[in-house]
Formats: sequence, structure tokens, C-alpha cells
Amino acid sequence: MTAPEHADFLWRNPEPKRSYDVVIVGGGGHGLATAHYLAKNHGITDVAVLERSWLAGGNMARNTTLIRSNYLWDESSAIYEHALKLWEGLEDDLGYPILFSQRGVLNLAHSLQDVRDGVRRVEANTLNGIDAEWLTPDEVAKVCPIVNTSQEIRYPVLGATYQPRAGIAKHDYVAWGFARRADQAGVDIVQDCAVTGFLTDADRVTGVRTTRGDIAAGRVALCAAGHTSVLTDLLGLRVPIQSHPLQALVSELLEPVHPTIVMSNAVHVYVSQAHKGELVMGAGIDSYNGYGQRGSFHVIERQMAAAVELFPVFARAHLLRSWAGVVDVCPDASPVVGRTPYGGLYLNCGWGTGGFKATPGIGACLAHTIAHDEPHPYVAPFGLDRFVTGALIDEHGAAGVAH
Amino acid sequence: MQLIDCPWCGPREEVEFSYGGQAHVAYPADPAALSDEEWAQYLFFRDNPRGPFAERWVHAAGCRRWFNAIRDTATYRFHRIYRLDEQKPATP
Repeated sequence: MTAPEHADFLWRNPEPKRSYDVVIVGGGGHGLATAHYLAKNHGITDVAVLERSWLAGGNMARNTTLIRSNYLWDESSAIYEHALKLWEGLEDDLGYPILFSQRGVLNLAHSLQDVRDGVRRVEANTLNGIDAEWLTPDEVAKVCPIVNTSQEIRYPVLGATYQPRAGIAKHDYVAWGFARRADQAGVDIVQDCAVTGFLTDADRVTGVRTTRGDIAAGRVALCAAGHTSVLTDLLGLRVPIQSHPLQALVSELLEPVHPTIVMSNAVHVYVSQAHKGELVMGAGIDSYNGYGQRGSFHVIERQMAAAVELFPVFARAHLLRSWAGVVDVCPDASPVVGRTPYGGLYLNCGWGTGGFKATPGIGACLAHTIAHDEPHPYVAPFGLDRFVTGALIDEHGAAGVAH
Repeated sequence: MQLIDCPWCGPREEVEFSYGGQAHVAYPADPAALSDEEWAQYLFFRDNPRGPFAERWVHAAGCRRWFNAIRDTATYRFHRIYRLDEQKPATP
């Protein structure tokens, strides 16, 4: 079998025009998806995606590619399930392979409190029409035979939630697929173009200053993840996020040994096996604020200890490489999306450790929000005002640090 | 592993310390007088600069005392470490 021929270029590299209807700051998954749905769902194609570095080279290149929607609260379930349904049709929509594989996710429980929280979350998911089951340790072993379900270990597995429709996708292909489709629709993807300031007229944002000149814009959307504060500081606008390093790593290529995704908040590790064969593992965030795209070694060390305890078969696997992204963590572990005190400026940040899985969902909802200047119903609960009203959406349990 | 210079114990490994976030955030003098917006700012909003940042650390597995530091969030280098009763140094 020969591989189908791949195009030499998936998108143009145009010089930025001096004016656009919509400028999206940040050429990662969220920014590219937003551009795609602006064109596809709303017919808005006079759009630029400005990327300070290279396309999808930030958190989009640094996540662990997990996709699931088994969140606790109705608001989160709605947006993540919307995303999961879009993931299920995304290859057809983009006309590009993304290696989306629905292999299910196990969220392990290691304490009585974990069990209570897990069962509650399964019930909440079921009420929201999301596939969820509670599994006993024996059932966990059937789904994933390499998990150590012995009751003799320090933190024995007492059960797990299971979402069969969860999965993984190839993050680079997702970004390239969105970029290609957006480009075909007429969107300008401009790399190596950092935003250094904003053009304003009273309380309205009218454009951006960039390293490649000023660009006027009818509307500006920020999809800059961990660097959002750096941008909003230029306007004196405060956002309730803190940027932390989040580390992940891969092993060398191995035969297929791991049929699903396993997450454990208590001993803190999450593992899947990529199509190519690497074990992909994520750690917890480093405790300090950091923009360095690297973290402390002891975080990786603890994560490895957890992985080897849960998966004794991994003990002799070699680490291939590790890295870190810069994640934007919100006080209630939920994102901040919607309008701002500035007219024509839209926020999309605070996805913290879980932004990848939301990519098509937030792209569609943010595009709607920009096109109508009105929050899409799925993102309306995630506005900046919730920190004043107190209507927080506490997802520390389901989002935790793991994603 | 990064060494952090505890003002009382001297340089110790990073694992002995815990992070306390932004320093010099005073509890409001008259909390009841605050509007909801002001209370939200105090409770949920902290600076998040890329560069020098005044922040709190505690030597949790050592003397268990808190102190402040100016640390660069891009390079992770500690520029200054100072006690709680000392003035905030000018950021570099």
C-alpha cells in the first residue's frame, strides 16, 4: 500500500492585510477552529489568525491529546459534549485525517471519597445524556488488563468511571486540518506575527499593533491560552488566570499494550498510547507561575513513580522526551469565554489543563459569540462576570489537574 | 534541582518549599465596604506577569517560615529574597 500523496503546502503564508473584519490572536487549536467555524457557520471569511511563533507550536503541540466529556456540572457537560460530538464528525468536516480513536477513558478511584465522587459524576453524566459507567476493580482489569488492580498496593484501585466514547486524536493533524480548511475559505493565517498592543477608540478595540505593523479589525478575539494576561495587561484589563508550567512526556515506541486511557487524580498520572506506539503521560502542574515552557524535575519523578505503581509493565520503558506547556489556570478550573468591558474584544482563556478536548466545541461557540456579539448559550455561563456574581463552575474534581 | 535561599536556613532544594502566589496582597481594611466588583478583585484576581514577580514562598519542610521573593516567571531565576518585614525591593 502506498500512502496518498500529501500536499506540499496546506495553507498560504500571506502578508497580513491592513484591515480585517475579525482578527484572532493565537494560531493554536482554538484560534484555528474559531476561524474555521466563522467561515463555515457564519460566512465570515475576512479573517486573520495571528500567530507570534509558528502555527500550533504552543500548547497545541504540548498537550496529551485526551478527549472526553465526563465533567460534573451541567455547564461543563454541555460545552465538552458539544465538542465531543463535533470530534466525532471532524474528519469528514475537515476532509483531513486526524486519527481520532474512541478508545474510552478510565478515571480511577483510590479512596472512599474518590468512589463517592466518581459514582456521583457517573450519575450526573447519565442525566446529561453522556455515556458513563461505574466499574468495579475486576471490570477495570477487563477494560485495561495492564492496570495493577491488586489490593496490596499503597493506593489500591477501588473502582473507576468509564466513558467509552472518550478518545485521542493526533494534535498536529487536527491543527493542520483546521488551518487547511480555514485557508481554503479565505482566512489569512499569519505566522511570526506577535501582537504588541491594541488600537482603541474610547472603550472599543479597533485593531492590534503587531511586529508586522498595525492591523485594523472590526472584532478581536484572544485565543492565547497561557499568554492571555500578557495581552490583556496591555489594555489594563485583569483576567483571573495564573499561568503555570504543565509537563508531559513520552516513552520510546512500544508494541500496543495500552488499549484505553487511564487517569488517576489521586496518585496523579494519566496515560494513553499514541498510534505510533509511544506511551503519552501527563503530570500535574508545577506549583509556581511560569512562562518558561519547562518545569521542575521532581514533578516528573513523582509522576513516574505513580505510573510504575499503577502499570508495573512500564517499569523498563525508556523515557524519550519531556516538555512543558504554559497553561492558564482559573480559580474554579473552568474557562473564561465571552465579551469584555471593551467593545469588539472577546476573551477565550482559562482552559488550563484541558483545552485540547474542547477545540472544535469552543471554536464553534466562540465563532457564534463573535458573529452575533452575544455569548453562545454553551459559553454564556463562562463569562468574566461569574467572579462577581459568585456563580462559579467548580470543576476541580472532574478537571482537576489531569486532563 | 533549583536551590532556593531561605532567609533563615540558607540554600535548600526546591522540593522543601511551597508556593504562595503573589505577595503584598493586603486583606481589605474594611471588607464590608467593598462592592461586589472590588471583592471579586481581591478574591480571584492576581497579577500574572511574564517577567519579575513578587511572590510568597514557605520553607514547608524546613523552618516552616514564610518569606517573599522577586522571581522571574520566564527564566525562573530568583533575583531577590527578602523577609516579610522588609520593604518590597524595586523590581529589576
